[in-house]
Amino acid sequence: MHLHRDVIAGTLFILIGWFALSAGRVYPIGSAMHMGPGYFPAVLGALLILLGAWIGLRAFRSDGWERIVWGWKPLAWITASMLLFGFLMPRFGLIPALAVMLPVAAAAGRDFRFKEVLLLTVVMCAFAGGVFVYALKLPYRLFTY
Amino acid sequence: MDVYDSLALGFNVAFSLQNLAYCFAGVALGTLIGVLPGIGPLTTIGLLFPITFYLPPLPSLIMLAGIYYGAQYGGAITSILVNLPGETASAVTCLDGYPMTRQGRAGAALATAALASFFAGCVGTLLIALAGPPLGEWALAFGPAEYFSLMLMGLVGSAVLTQGDAAKGLAMVVLGLLIGVVGTDVNSGSVRYAFDVPELTDGIGFTVLAVGLFAVAEIVMNLENREPQGAFTGKLSQLMPTARDLKASFWPALRGTGIGAFFGILPGTGPALSSFAAYMIEKKLARDPARFGNGAIEGVAAPEAANNAAAQTSFIPTLTLGIPGTAVMTLMLAAMIMQGVTPGPQVMTEKPELFWGIVASMWIGNLMLLVLNLPLVGVWVRLLSVPYRWLFPAVVMFCCIGNYAVNNNPVDVYLCAFAGVLGYVLVKLECEPAPLLLGYVLGPLMEEYLRRAMLLSRGDPAVFFTRPISLVFMLATLLVLVLMVKGFRRSG
Repeated sequence: MHLHRDVIAGTLFILIGWFALSAGRVYPIGSAMHMGPGYFPAVLGALLILLGAWIGLRAFRSDGWERIVWGWKPLAWITASMLLFGFLMPRFGLIPALAVMLPVAAAAGRDFRFKEVLLLTVVMCAFAGGVFVYALKLPYRLFTY
Repeated sequence: MDVYDSLALGFNVAFSLQNLAYCFAGVALGTLIGVLPGIGPLTTIGLLFPITFYLPPLPSLIMLAGIYYGAQYGGAITSILVNLPGETASAVTCLDGYPMTRQGRAGAALATAALASFFAGCVGTLLIALAGPPLGEWALAFGPAEYFSLMLMGLVGSAVLTQGDAAKGLAMVVLGLLIGVVGTDVNSGSVRYAFDVPELTDGIGFTVLAVGLFAVAEIVMNLENREPQGAFTGKLSQLMPTARDLKASFWPALRGTGIGAFFGILPGTGPALSSFAAYMIEKKLARDPARFGNGAIEGVAAPEAANNAAAQTSFIPTLTLGIPGTAVMTLMLAAMIMQGVTPGPQVMTEKPELFWGIVASMWIGNLMLLVLNLPLVGVWVRLLSVPYRWLFPAVVMFCCIGNYAVNNNPVDVYLCAFAGVLGYVLVKLECEPAPLLLGYVLGPLMEEYLRRAMLLSRGDPAVFFTRPISLVFMLATLLVLVLMVKGFRRSG
C-alpha cells in the first residue's frame, strides 16, 4: 500500500502550518488595528493547515494512487556536493572545495566516466579561479593552509 | 512627458556603451542557455543575481531582461533543429518546426521564428511604452488597501492559473508568504522564526531560495529522467525564407503577437500558455488543419510570436504596478528591490531613466537577437552537442559559488542545498514552485500594506470592500476562487 501524492503533500503542508503556529506562539498577536509581529504568520499558518487538509482529504475521492518513484540517488549526491563545498570553502579555499564538489556532483549522473570527470574538474577549477578570483576579484583564496 | 519624449530618453540611456554591452551580454547569454538543454532562464538569472550586486541598477536589470527574452529565442533553435524544447515556452514550436527540419527547410523555419519573434518583440515593447504611463498614473492613487487587494489578486491569480493544481498553488503561495516572514520584522524589530541562527535574522536570501527551488531541483529531475541530449546532424542551407513563407506567416505572427500580449499581462500564464493558445487558434483557423504537425510554417510563426510578445508584456504589471506575474518576473522584481528600487508606479515618475531605459533596451535587445541568431545559428547548433553530464556539475558549481558570494558565508550554501531538497520533493508531489517564490517576494510588502490599511481603518476589515478600486480587485479575486472551486466540483 502506498500513499497518494496529495496525501503526502497535504500532510507536509499541515506539518509546516502547525510548526509555524507553534513556533510563532511567542510573538505577540496584537489587535486587528495594531497588528503585532505574530498576527500575519498566525493567519498564514492556520490557512496552510486548512489548505493542507483540503488537499489531503480530496485525494480519497480520486483514483490516482500511483507509486511515486523518488530519485534519491541523484538528490543525495547533488546535496552532498553542495554541503561539502560549504564545509571546505572557508577552511581550505576555493580550489580544494571545487576539486571535491565537482566529482561528487558528477557522481549523480547516469554514467560516471573517470577521465572526463577529472578533465572537467581541472578545467572548471581553472575557470572558476580565473573568473571569480582574478577577473571579478571576489575576496577568496585559491588555497588556505 | 509624452511617450515620444520618454522613449527618446530611454533610447538615450540605453544606447550608452555600458548599457549596450550589458544588453548584448544578456541576450547572448540568454540565447546560449536557451540552446543548452536542461538549463533555463530561471536558473541563469538566479545564478547571476549575486554578480548584479556589483552593478548599478539599470545595467543589471537590462542584462537580466536580456537573458529572459534571449532564452525564448534560443529555445526556438533547439525546438526546430533537434525537437528538444530548451524552454517550456517553445515546446509547441517543436510540433511543426522539427518536421520542417526533416524536410530540409530548417533555415526557413529558423528565420521565420526569428523574424516573427522580432516583430512580436517590437510590438510588445511599444505596448509597454503605451500602456505603462496610464497604468502607472492610475496606480499612483493607490493606498495601502488597494495595494493589499492587488497583491492578493496577483497571488491568487498566479496560484490558480499556473499549470497544475489550484489548491496546491494556493498552499504554495501561503508557504512562500511564511518563508518571507523569516527574519527581522520591520515594524516591531522582533526577530521571527530565526531559532537563534544569526544568519536567519536577515531572512532567507532570495538567491538561496530561487537557486535551490529551481536550479538544484531541476538538475535532479533531469538526472532522474532521461538526460536531455540532442545533436543536429543535418545541414543548414538557405537561411532566408521564400516570399511564400513570409506571406503565409504574416497573419499568424500578427495573431500570435496579440494572443501573447494578452496572456503576458495576466498573472501566472506567461509565454508557455500563450504559445500553446496561439498554435491552437492557428490550427482552428487554417483551411487545411491536417498540415499542422507536418511542417506548417504558420505553426512556427504564431507560437514564436506569441511567446516573445508575452515575454515582453509580462513586464507591464511588473514595472508599473510592482506585481510580477511569473517566476522570472519575480526574479526581476527581487533584483529591483535588492538594488534599492522600490517597485511600483512611482518608478516611472521618480526614475524615468530606469523605466524607459529598460523598455528601450528591450527593443535594442530584440534587434541584437535578430542579428545574432540569423548568421550565428551555426555556432549555436554546435553547442547542442555538449553532453549534459558535463553541464550539470558546472551548474552545481555556479550554484555553490553564487550562494557563497552573497554574504561570503557557507550557511547560504547549506540553506540552498536544503531548498533544493524541498524543491525536489515539492515538484515530485506536483506542487509548482513558482507561486511559492511569488509569495516569498511579495510577502513582506503585503504584510506591511495589510498593517497600514488596518491601522488607517482602525481595525475595520471593511476598508478592502468600501474603497472602489480595492473592491474591484477583491471581487476579481473572489471570482477566480469561485471558478476554481466550481472546477473541482466538475472534475472531482
